[in-house]
Amino acid sequence: MAPFINGIGLISPQQTTNPGVFLPEVMEYAVDFLRAVDPNYKAYINPLAARRMSRLIKMGITSAKIALIDAGMLPSPKGEGSGVGSSPDAIITGTGLGSVEDTEKILTGMNAGEQLMNPTPFIQSTYNTISSQIAITLKCHNYNSTYVHRSFSFESALQDTLLQFAEGAAMTVLVGGIDEMTDNHLQITRRAGHWKMSPVNNLQLLSTRTFGALAGEGAAYFLLGNQSTASTYATLRDVKTIYKLEKPLKLEEAIHDFLSVNNLNVNQLDVVILGYNGDFHFDAVYDQLGSGIFNGTQQVWYKHLCGEYYTSTGFALWLGANILKHQMIPAAVKFNNMPSERLQNILIYNQYRNINHSLLLLSR
Amino acid sequence: MARRVVVTGIGILSSIGRNLPETIDSILQSRSGIGKLQHLDTPHKKEFPFAEVPWSNDQLVELAQLTDSEGYSRNALLGVIAAREAFHHARLPHLPPLRTGLISATTVGGMDRCELYFNDFLTNDSKNIYIDVYDCADSTEKIADILHIRDYVTTISTACSSAANAILLGGRMIRSGQLDRVIAGGTEALTTFHVNGFNALKILDKIPCRPFDANRNGITLGEGAAYLVLEAEEAARAGKREILAELTGYGNACEAFHQTASAPDGKGAFLAMERALQVSGTDPSEIDYINAHGTGTDNNDIAEGVAIERLFGKRIPKVSSTKPLTGHMTSAAGSVEAILSILCLTHRLILPNLNFTTQMPELNFTPVTTLIRDIDVKTVLSNSFGFGGNNTSLIFKKTPI
Repeated sequence: MAPFINGIGLISPQQTTNPGVFLPEVMEYAVDFLRAVDPNYKAYINPLAARRMSRLIKMGITSAKIALIDAGMLPSPKGEGSGVGSSPDAIITGTGLGSVEDTEKILTGMNAGEQLMNPTPFIQSTYNTISSQIAITLKCHNYNSTYVHRSFSFESALQDTLLQFAEGAAMTVLVGGIDEMTDNHLQITRRAGHWKMSPVNNLQLLSTRTFGALAGEGAAYFLLGNQSTASTYATLRDVKTIYKLEKPLKLEEAIHDFLSVNNLNVNQLDVVILGYNGDFHFDAVYDQLGSGIFNGTQQVWYKHLCGEYYTSTGFALWLGANILKHQMIPAAVKFNNMPSERLQNILIYNQYRNINHSLLLLSR
Repeated sequence: MARRVVVTGIGILSSIGRNLPETIDSILQSRSGIGKLQHLDTPHKKEFPFAEVPWSNDQLVELAQLTDSEGYSRNALLGVIAAREAFHHARLPHLPPLRTGLISATTVGGMDRCELYFNDFLTNDSKNIYIDVYDCADSTEKIADILHIRDYVTTISTACSSAANAILLGGRMIRSGQLDRVIAGGTEALTTFHVNGFNALKILDKIPCRPFDANRNGITLGEGAAYLVLEAEEAARAGKREILAELTGYGNACEAFHQTASAPDGKGAFLAMERALQVSGTDPSEIDYINAHGTGTDNNDIAEGVAIERLFGKRIPKVSSTKPLTGHMTSAAGSVEAILSILCLTHRLILPNLNFTTQMPELNFTPVTTLIRDIDVKTVLSNSFGFGGNNTSLIFKKTPI
């Protein structure tokens, strides 16, 4: 049986850290990359411990805690609610790049001649630090793993999560996707053609019709459970990753196959969330689907709100889960306008550079 | 009924051999790969010994049989060579219709290029070809492309237990029926990045590492790659492939104690081993040999030793750490040591814990110090523990033919 999404914590360039409200207003930026809005970390992390932590670790622990509070498993920072026990049966993280800030500190530090360095950046640069710091915070000795495969990172974590439930090994799993951007990393990866060469207005991302995406960042953790609760958003039914599809036709086939394995067809999809990132070249993949297989489907996009990063489908899953819970599609994310009465099934399709494709299916 | 998972192929490249036959030869001679650095350039090469793969990148390009090696990191070269060997060792036919996945593990990824060219990346366009190879997924995708693996591709990084978790996930995906076959393992190239990182933690020994020795004083870093071909038993039998061992158990636990230190009571190690025994349905008394994580740090060897004593009581199996042979290959250690454990089953061996001289006063057992041959080994347990308390144990059994 498909597990339920019972709590979400999202730190993003939008105002998303309060799970009680769903995108009340949209933040407009004209920037090189969309930076996540830092919440008050001190409300969630002991200030003494927080002082040594780099930003990504703080983002991870905080978004994980917000998800657990939202799910009723931890009391709120103000002490409201008791929390029914704080340890999930597994903690699984996806991160494409881990702590870029710490990695850069070491690389810059080594320029000075490989003297004895501060060990903290090295420890924090290892990708599993986020998952293990969350485990330390929760004193959780259960299954713990970290996936680090570009834009499969969060999807692989979700697939492991679904397997945990299928094996009967878990009743609750805390699963997240997290990545950060820095000025240096933007500058470097821009050389390899990933990003736009100058600042753009995020709300007019698609009108630029230029190569390169708008970069972003974010941290999204989800508490999944095998029981529905008062806080349930949706069920996560299936996740698939597809490595290197050569022909667009094959992609349509793969989507049909994925839906049919889940006893659905395209007509039963109420919303499809597409990963348009503003790169004129690679967005053509979505255009083809939009005028093809998804021609009659309500299309939604999201990366103008959070930017492109390896685990951006965390933002998409937050969006889809909230659309199902609130039975409402915010105007700012509508790509087309189709009449819809009830919102039951949502497909998320994302790809990066036509190499890493992923499909996520959620239902009310 | 869950499917059984068997090992049908092995590929290994380390300081003790460029392939499986050379590795077996080194093991039978108890020949360690630890020595002076030849290829990695760092001021620390005078200070510490390393278990470096004794081939240059150009030589590795040849071993990898690449026609176009542009944009390859050392990490990817090591990975391609070992994964290709595993693939051929299993004599795998063309991939379809079996659903085949690649689950690879690494922590430093293509850092060996990134650390050389970081200043170029920041200031000019001369090394742009290496910008996208620095992450962990790059070597995985290169292996997937060379072996034409499409059905499932991912990368795991849980520090020094990474490759053990790749094998664990491969086992779970085959057991549950999601895949029929998985190439699982890890690759890690030595970099000044992690040499300096471990040095910052002050856990590198100035002489070759001495796990479970009272005078042990840290790790000796190594490099290399190792992959296993895991298959559903029925697929392996239908394809008439040689079955080397069965993966019967795996356990993953998080110590949740400290970001780099182990809890003195070895809680994480205990839980990982206990869970692996549980999944395997194996009584502790059935374990013939433990290939310990045994890094040679003060902290790990006490914690792991205490956990072994707690779990196995008075009947402690033969124990050794093979890190004095291969060095600590960090993210690749889990698959290297899984393979060394499997070789104990197939070649009737118990491997020695080299460099041991003085009993640890905290422990009641002594590791095996010389190679034991012609010994009946039916069940082995391999431990891999990582920073952040990411601990994983694997159990392999000899399969009846």
